[in-house]
Amino acid sequence: MARTPAELAGAHPGASFEITMDGRPVPALPGQSVAAALWSAGILAWRTTRTTGRPRGAFCGIGQCYDCLATINGEPNRRACLVPARPGDVITTQEGHGHARIGV
Amino acid sequence: MPASASDPYDLAVIGAGCAGLAGAVAAAGHGLSVALLDASPQTGGQFYRHPAPALGAARPEALHHDWPAFAALRRRLERSDVRQLSGHHVWAVTKEDGDLWAVHAATGADGADERPVRVRARAVLLATGAYERQLPFPGWTLPGVVGAGGAQAMLKSGLVLPGRRIVVAGSGPLLLAVASSLAAAGAQVPAVIEASGYQGYARHPRVLAANPRKLAEAAVHGAALLRHRVRLRTRSAVTEVHGTDRVSAVTVTRLDRDWRPVRGTGRRIACDALAVGHGLVPQIELATALGCATRTTADGTLALALDGLQETSVRGLWAAGETGGVGGAELARAEGELAGLAAAVRLHGHPVHGGRVRELRRRRDRMRAFAEAMAVSHAPAAGWTGWLTDDTDVCRCEEVTAGRIREAVTDLGARDAHTVKLLTRAGMGWCQGRMCGTAAACLAAGGGAAEPPAERRPFAVPVPLSALASPDEPTGSRPDAAPPVDD
Ligand code: FES
Repeated sequence: MARTPAELAGAHPGASFEITMDGRPVPALPGQSVAAALWSAGILAWRTTRTTGRPRGAFCGIGQCYDCLATINGEPNRRACLVPARPGDVITTQEGHGHARIGV
Repeated sequence: MPASASDPYDLAVIGAGCAGLAGAVAAAGHGLSVALLDASPQTGGQFYRHPAPALGAARPEALHHDWPAFAALRRRLERSDVRQLSGHHVWAVTKEDGDLWAVHAATGADGADERPVRVRARAVLLATGAYERQLPFPGWTLPGVVGAGGAQAMLKSGLVLPGRRIVVAGSGPLLLAVASSLAAAGAQVPAVIEASGYQGYARHPRVLAANPRKLAEAAVHGAALLRHRVRLRTRSAVTEVHGTDRVSAVTVTRLDRDWRPVRGTGRRIACDALAVGHGLVPQIELATALGCATRTTADGTLALALDGLQETSVRGLWAAGETGGVGGAELARAEGELAGLAAAVRLHGHPVHGGRVRELRRRRDRMRAFAEAMAVSHAPAAGWTGWLTDDTDVCRCEEVTAGRIREAVTDLGARDAHTVKLLTRAGMGWCQGRMCGTAAACLAAGGGAAEPPAERRPFAVPVPLSALASPDEPTGSRPDAAPPVDD
């Protein structure tokens, strides 16, 4: 019986690389989204809400809920569940609104 | 493919899941030039979402039901002339001069690339699928609470889990599939908490007998749950989540027939994550923006009203799969093929083999009947609002609480979700009400019958301001100029 998702899917990914979350190094596998890399490191929150400053991370996993917004390489409001992780990515906790870049 | 790059396609298919793939290959097989747009880097939609090639998954099928059906469609797609446009987030469909449709898309992994694209076509097939319906409860915004579909999506695409010990809760058949895949991937699943009973199905014996494959599928999930010692508790709901920065336990409470929590029956289950969802909502805003007629489904969502050959009330705009009412992958394939054939008949005047159309219609009607029976059995009953406290967030984006919405209803006289939205901002944030629409509508109805939320949004996805500033730049009328897509 499989003990991990990778075992279940018979995954043999390429070598892992490093991204950082608020300065802390986090390993990521090629092909994983930023959110997936953070989940595998046990990190479930990377945003604080605008009004009450509560922590949030990925919820819908498919780009619909916008709970997973992160600041990636200085750009706020990126949906971490959609953006693929790249070596050296710098993820920082997004506080509140970031700054509005999107029209809706 | 069109003869020259500036020619319109015959058919633009939006969504590369089961319905869109089946529609695209059927239409291409009958001589139509077809563009297939999808937001993801890969085909498969949500049902056949799978790891990126770089993750090197030798057995992607281990995470799926009926993978061969998808593999066959994908092979046909590769052999066809269908132009695949991945990483295309469609935000609007409009009519251009003459009788052409324009499909407007933002590009890139999350739609943030600067280059918008416009694809022109003589007909459009909408196969945009569905998203998960959520009902709020105290603590549902705590990290570690994730959508049931979300947990499955992250597992299928990224091979990750939100925790080690995951309770699965909500309502609908998806819960069983989610619980069995989480367990197969190594999670401990102490319980599946289903708000309905399964007795509802027994009221439709003929429908069940006509759909043996659906029963077999349920049996497969049931057996997996037994093997992993997952307990199924029906007529119960998670009514509170415990933890300070993340989930440490949930309280599960029994429900009466109307989904009202029964006092004094709460029991705590320790866990570090909760995967929750209450069925699916058809994603139809591209069509409602064009004035397409809708119908209310048996479980209270809005779906597109379609004719016998999958055409919407707007001529030249077809729809298939969950957009016409949630019914699963096999139904979506049949409907997609039917729509692709219907578009080929209309555009080329080709007579399509009538026997195939009749067979597809028969299969569709049989599976639609099953979907309706399923929807009735799991439809949320009005009593669920009994588990909300005044400070439960209903709108996750704007942090609007149940108390404020109730105030808008009782003190300010709001009677529908739209008025609630204007008074409280519920549904005005990033997700445009996708997460809170059902709940806000229920609260607005104040215990009466809730109108389904209108599924109307100014844009189907947020658009970079740069794209709005120059919507008519002919970036995408030549699809070959579409930017390369990251994967
Ligand atoms: S998790 Fe919902 S948008 Fe990313």
